[in-house]
Parts: sequence; C-alpha cells; structure tokens
Amino acid sequence: MSTSPSLSAEPAAVAVLSGGISLEREVSLRSGARVAAALQDRGHQVTRLDVDAQLVRTLEQGGFDLALLALHGSAGEDGTVQSLLELVGLPYTGPDVLASSLAWNKPIAQGLYARAGLAVPDRVTLSQQAFREMGASAAVDHIATALGVPLVVKPATGGSSLGLTIVNDATELPRAIVGAFSYAEAVLIERFVAGTEVAVAVLDGQPLPPVEIHPKEGAYDFAARYTPGATEFHAPARLEPEVRAACEAMAVGAYEAIGARHVSRADLIVDEQGVPWLLELDTCPGLTDTSLVPLAANAASLDFPDLCETLVALAQRDGASPGQRRA
Amino acid sequence: MLLDTDPYLTRYAERVRGMSASEIRALFAVASRPEVVSFAGGMPDTSALDMEAVEAVVAQVIRDSGATALQYGGGQGRAPLRELLVEVMEHEGVPAHADELLITVGGQQALELIAKCFLDPGDVVLAEGPTYVGGIGAMTSHQADVRHVPMDAEGMRIDLLEEALDGLAREGRRAEYVYTIPNHQNPAGVSLSVERRHRLAEVAERHDLLIVEDNPYGLLDFAGETFPSLRQLVPDRVVYVGTVSKTIAPGLRTGWIAAPGPIRDKLVLLREAADLCPSNLTQMIVESWLRTQPWREQIKRFAAVYHEKSVAMLDALATEMPEGVDWTVPSGAFYVWLTVPDGIDTSDLLAKAISHRVAYVPGRGFYADGAGGDHARLCFSYPEVARIGEGISRLGELLHEEIELVAAVYGDDAPQVRPRRTGPATGVGG
Repeated sequence: MSTSPSLSAEPAAVAVLSGGISLEREVSLRSGARVAAALQDRGHQVTRLDVDAQLVRTLEQGGFDLALLALHGSAGEDGTVQSLLELVGLPYTGPDVLASSLAWNKPIAQGLYARAGLAVPDRVTLSQQAFREMGASAAVDHIATALGVPLVVKPATGGSSLGLTIVNDATELPRAIVGAFSYAEAVLIERFVAGTEVAVAVLDGQPLPPVEIHPKEGAYDFAARYTPGATEFHAPARLEPEVRAACEAMAVGAYEAIGARHVSRADLIVDEQGVPWLLELDTCPGLTDTSLVPLAANAASLDFPDLCETLVALAQRDGASPGQRRA
Repeated sequence: MLLDTDPYLTRYAERVRGMSASEIRALFAVASRPEVVSFAGGMPDTSALDMEAVEAVVAQVIRDSGATALQYGGGQGRAPLRELLVEVMEHEGVPAHADELLITVGGQQALELIAKCFLDPGDVVLAEGPTYVGGIGAMTSHQADVRHVPMDAEGMRIDLLEEALDGLAREGRRAEYVYTIPNHQNPAGVSLSVERRHRLAEVAERHDLLIVEDNPYGLLDFAGETFPSLRQLVPDRVVYVGTVSKTIAPGLRTGWIAAPGPIRDKLVLLREAADLCPSNLTQMIVESWLRTQPWREQIKRFAAVYHEKSVAMLDALATEMPEGVDWTVPSGAFYVWLTVPDGIDTSDLLAKAISHRVAYVPGRGFYADGAGGDHARLCFSYPEVARIGEGISRLGELLHEEIELVAAVYGDDAPQVRPRRTGPATGVGG
C-alpha cells in the first residue's frame, strides 16, 4: 500500500486563496472554505482571500507566511497568480509558474505526457482561428474517420468537466465544438476510451491509493462531481496489483513530466484490457467534500486536516520559489 | 472500500432525488462579481426607495409596538395588513375581502403552499412556456408533471391550452391547475391580452379548471394601465398570488394569497405546519408603509425607473444585436426575452458571456422539459441605466462573434440566419 506520511507544519499565518473570476469560482470557494476551517482547527492563523484587484496589496501587507491555493480555473491554475506570489516573495502550495502554465494547456500537457512515454488517447486540437480563418470545418469529417467514435470534445483549458461533451455520432461534432469554444480558445477532441475511471493523487511525489469512480447515472460530469451521493467511489480502487502499479506509475510519471509540486491528481481510464490511459493531470485539484484527493488521502489514513497540514508543511519546506525570490 | 460522499442518501424522500449541482448555478457565482454587467437576477431597484421614509417607518414600528412586532402572530397573517392589501388589490382593480387573504413569506411561499395543497406526485400542471423558474421549482419539488403551453406576443395561446386539456381528457387525466403570470410575464415580458383573459375564463368554466394567477408585476405597467384580472372574471376558480417584493421591497418577504374560503382554510393549516406564522415585524412595517407613505406614488416612481431602463435596453438591442436575434418588447416590469439563431445554445454560451463580462439567464431554466436552449432572459431592472448599454454592447459583440463561429464550424451545414423582425416578436415559446 502506498504510504505518504503526513507532515506537521509550524503554526503559520496562512492566506487561503479561493474564488476569483474564473468559471470555477463556486467550486473554488467551496474548496477554500473547507481548507480554511481545517487549518483553523489545527491552530493556524487563517485568512481567506478572494482573488480581486486588491490581491497583491493584501498579500504584501497581510503579514502572511505562505499562501495555500484553492483556486480552480483560469488565473488561479494557469500560472498567473503563481507569478504574483513569486513577485511578492510568498511561499505557496502547488507547482511553479512554468509547470502551472504547461499543465493548464491540455494539448501541450498531453504532448509532454506522450513524449514521456505515457499512454494518452489519440487526439486533435482545433482552435477557433482554424475554423474562422482556415476552413477547418471541411476537416471535421476526417476527425471521426481518424479517431473513430465515440469522441470526447472538451475545452483545451479548464476543469470540472465544464464544456465537455461525449459525441456518439460525427454529426453531433459541430454542436459539441461550438459548446466547448464557450470555455476556451481551442478544443481538444480525443478518442473515447471505454473503461473504468480512476483518479490517482500524488502527494509530494508519492502516489496515494487510486480512487475508482462510478457515477450512478451517465458520465462523471459537473453534477456527478459536485452532488454528494451522485457518484460511488471505491478507495482503494478494485484493481489487480499490476494494474494498480501501472496507474500509480502513470500518475507519478505525469507529475514528473509536467514538473508538478506538492499535490496533483491524474485522471485515468483503465480500459477493458486493464491498460491505463492518461486523460488529464490537475495540478490544483479540488478540495471540496466530494473531491477525489481528500478521498484518496483518507484511504491512506490521512484525514482532511492532515492533508491540509501537509500542504502547508510542504510550502514551508520549499520556501519562496528559488528562481524568483526577492533579493 | 466503497465510499459514499453522502452517507444519508438512502434516507432522503423521493422528491429530493433529482436535485443536483448545476453548472449554470456555479457560473452565477461569477456573474455576481462587480466586473460583470448582470442581466441575470430579477431584482427590483431598491435604491429607488426613499430610505429616510423606510427608516422612519421601521423606527416607528419598534417605538410604538416593539413587543407585538417581536411576538408570534396568527397563521393567516395580521388583519390590519390584509385590509391594507385589499386596497392595494383594488388599486389594480382586483376585488377581494380581507378574510380571503393569507399572508405569506413572499410570493414564493405562496407558490410552494399552493403546490403542496393541490399536487400529488405525477399530477399535471399546465403553465406558460416559458414560465417563472421559481414556480417550476415549487411544483417539481412536489413531483408534479409540469407541461408548457406556448405563448406569443399576446401571452398564453388559449387555443393550445384547450388542445392540451383535450389531450389530457383523452388520457383520462386532468390538469390540477393552470399556472399563469398574466401581467408582464416572467420571463417572456409579454401580457395576456384582454380578449384571451375572457377566453381563458370561458375555458376554465368549460373544463372545470382551477387557475393560479401569479401577479407580481401588474402595477408596474409603464403607461399605468391595468388589465382585468382572472380573479375578477372567475373568482371561484382562481387562487391569486400577490407580493410587495416589486412594489415595496423583496427584503420584506411579504406576499399573499387570495383564495376561496375552503382553499384558504387548507392553506392556513399548511402554512402553520411550515412556519407557524409570518413575521409580525415585517408585516407591521408593510402596514405602516401602506398607511403612512404615498405608496401609489412610489409605485409610479418604480414604474418610471423601469421604463427608463427598458428604453435603454431596447435602444441598445436595436443597435447592437446582429441579424437573426429577436426579442420581446415589454410594456411593464423587468424582462426582455431574447431569441438567438439556430446553432447557438444559450446554456453553453453563458460561460463565454461571463468571460465577456455580461450575464443573463439561459432559457432552459424557464422550461421544465429541457426546451428553451435558443432563448435568454435579460432583466433590466437592476443594473444602472449607464451600464445597460455597455452590457448589451458586450452581448451584441458576443453574439456577432458566435454567429460567425457557428457558420465557420458548421461550414456548408450552417443553419440559415433568420432575417430580423421588427417590433414585438410574434413567437415567444421554444
């Protein structure tokens, strides 16, 4: 069994960053509220900060020791906030600017994972520009021919399954593409891999027990993610030992390939042959009460406050980001 | 180990099973940020109230009758308030006796109590399509089968209502009631024509129908006109719902039901089971407001504010919207109902709208059956006049881009863009 002992943190003044103007604001606020309560119970001095025009000033003047990022979506996950935190010299949880921005862009990230030898589904990326200026619509028919159906159409950036459609017939593609463009400048169209959904959290480079995901109805979409009870989870996942090892190796491989730090969550599909495929890596995973990383931590006997405490300890250990620390 | 994120799941009543998290609701968390011009929430402009008068009224209630104001009250609501609300109804030409009234916590509690009173699981209600999202919620939380009757610029299509009633009769079923918002309807922004009110009354007699007449907006006609109420036409067949939310303020949470005696008695018992009684404090504030303040003039002031805002929105729509986009032209209240070209889904588009810093309510929210993807509700009552043009300009830019994008993505299969109609849209429904 994977072990990832919890670390205990020095009492600290922690800024919990959540909210912002991203489309995942609500999910982020839920993560932030839960983390703040847990850290307060552990004796830290916690301040919740929304991400707004006062952010930099507040960070500079707030007397904080570090920032815990419970941000999801653009600005929070794509390296923007990380840049600011480095400028003000505040240690923070999660990956640095480069890793954040690489992971945020799914087409780039998928390319890096493939280059690292990890199995990712066949895919194609199409930008709005390709349609507007280069007549990409004439090539849409080729997508189904090249990748087969069903297909997964999703925005090239963003999480929580927002804007994601599973397309069973090539004629449904244009609608799904237009819908995904509402969330991002480009869409990623992937071959649909049938199988069991498994999420593997990695904490400080070590895998936590994989979590198996069974939505009670339909796909693991927004409602299935955030309605308590709408999805059944098994932790640890009911996998053959060698399949479990392959899943864990894949999650750690992705964490390393992207240069993640502290915590990440890899979303995988284990196909009918028992082969895991990497769908995505989330470098600022959700911490709500229906989120996967807390479930995985629990399966490793790490309760939610332990998990939060560990994230604080990791940020304390690593200090302000090396390349950017103020003189 | 099997983990359930909701260990109470097996304990819930059947009626909460379908309740789930929603993407759209999550997006509204962003829409309330100040950067976004939000045409989403149907909120009155409470800044148009005379706050010094409000302060005086509240202080006077506490000074003169503080102990009573903070005490429990009767389940039907205070008699003095009911008498004053009869005057408010009279002002609109709606007849009522104080004894027929039941004070509720806003119009929403009224809709919930009525649904609870009449609906068993699977019962059919006929409602305008589109209709008020909170009305749908009240009915579906009692597991009703809400079916829509299409509308046009004159409100509900009574011919199609009859068709639906005949269809139900053929199935050996009936509609428990017809839910309608006849005046300045939410979300369509149109009113039921006088001729159709008479036809609806006839149909009600012929089919032995009960009508729930929800009237939050009747006094907010821009020209100060009022229309005959259904309660006036067929009083024994109407359960009437009123509210002070749009004529005074929604924070008072004061609404009412006017119903025939036997129905009123049942509703009083249901309300006592729900929350015992309405707040004496807010009831007495409303009483004092209606007794001491020039409330008729205040309502006129509200109507003038909303009229000005509607003009700002309609002017902006006329200059900013691309070909193929239609909208209704309201003669009162808060709403414009927008119809977008084929290929655009307003639920999908909301994320992009919010990125463009403008928000609306996607049309699907106003249908119980998943229709409405090509509509959006724009509420002009709350944003400042100066920001309405900016918001519509953002929305226009977005729709221009989206129409181009749809054409580019669909290529040769692109849907045809309808030519622009002028004046009120002739069709409202999906």
